[in-house]
Amino acid sequence: MELAGPMRVHALLDRLELNRESVLVIRNDELVPGDALLADDDVVEVRPVISGGAVAP
Amino acid sequence: MKCTVCKGPAVIDLARHNAHFCTDHFLRFCRDQVVKAVDEFAMIAPGERVLVAVSGGKDSLALWDLLLELGHEADGLYLGLGIGEYSDESGRYARAFAAARGVRLVEIDLPADHGFDVPTAARATRRVPCSACGLSKRHLFDQAAREGGYDVVATGHNLDDEAAVLFGNVLRWDEAYLARQLPVLAARDGFPRKVKPLVRLSEREMAAYCVVRRIDYQVEECPMAVGNKHLGYKEALNEVELRSPGSKHAFYFGFLARAAERFADAALADGGVLGACERCGAPTTNDVCAFCRLSEKASAHEPVPVPRPRTRR
Repeated sequence: MELAGPMRVHALLDRLELNRESVLVIRNDELVPGDALLADDDVVEVRPVISGGAVAP
Repeated sequence: MKCTVCKGPAVIDLARHNAHFCTDHFLRFCRDQVVKAVDEFAMIAPGERVLVAVSGGKDSLALWDLLLELGHEADGLYLGLGIGEYSDESGRYARAFAAARGVRLVEIDLPADHGFDVPTAARATRRVPCSACGLSKRHLFDQAAREGGYDVVATGHNLDDEAAVLFGNVLRWDEAYLARQLPVLAARDGFPRKVKPLVRLSEREMAAYCVVRRIDYQVEECPMAVGNKHLGYKEALNEVELRSPGSKHAFYFGFLARAAERFADAALADGGVLGACERCGAPTTNDVCAFCRLSEKASAHEPVPVPRPRTRR
């Protein structure tokens, strides 16, 4: 997916309608906080963090 | 955004703590939270041998890494569940972690060692897959700990896991489950002590820990867990957390401090007289334990295909 920058991480997540508690944003293998400014040519990964299955033990 | 501690560049913001951390101080925060949980709930005594239940996902690998970093003697236990490519991949992450650190990984494979897999067990016993999986894990973790002489089994349940399970148990007012929803389950009658050292850390914090520590883990969700209630509860609680940071912590730790004790009688009422399973010797309140009954049905059932893995958004 391509979006025009620059854009703050929080704005990106709002735009994608993603809960910031449920994802991490990673740029060049580094975490970026919510107020980080993403440049137009940045490639970022928005990684889900919620997992769940068997409740054991 | 600057680190709350050192004013260096922050890599993560934690709204529930009203804090931002650089890499070094985030790692220190995670270690401090584990130390606090271990001490507060008397999870692991000095010198005790720990068996970490490792799935290849972020929580269990982060837990193993944190316990090793904190100086605990911790081996890993990986259970192959026979969930097709998903299990193949999860095993590779667990083995790679152990090999990179030169630590011991015990492996048990359900299909090879017990003749069935989770999809088939679920169909054969008419359980939801997560129930068949959980039953198998409980039995095999306990057995491995007993046979390996470990003092304690540690699992990667985090704050989100515990808050979501609590939410579900409260929705149903399931007193027996509420009575057992504690960060430590004491050892008894052949069952090892079970501890959850990540209860003070959120799911997002554990994923961030793995990224910062360069721990490769399985990001993909289990294909058998898609659409389960537990995931729905987590999403609901994260909506609350977004609007009111700290709600998950307040919910779970408030329960532990002010309500858990009220359900203690339900735990006592739920327990029967324990004997030994006539097939495997595991402690059980029946002649044959639940795992041996599941194993018998699943082994006799036609193999059930595994759903295709799903890449999550």
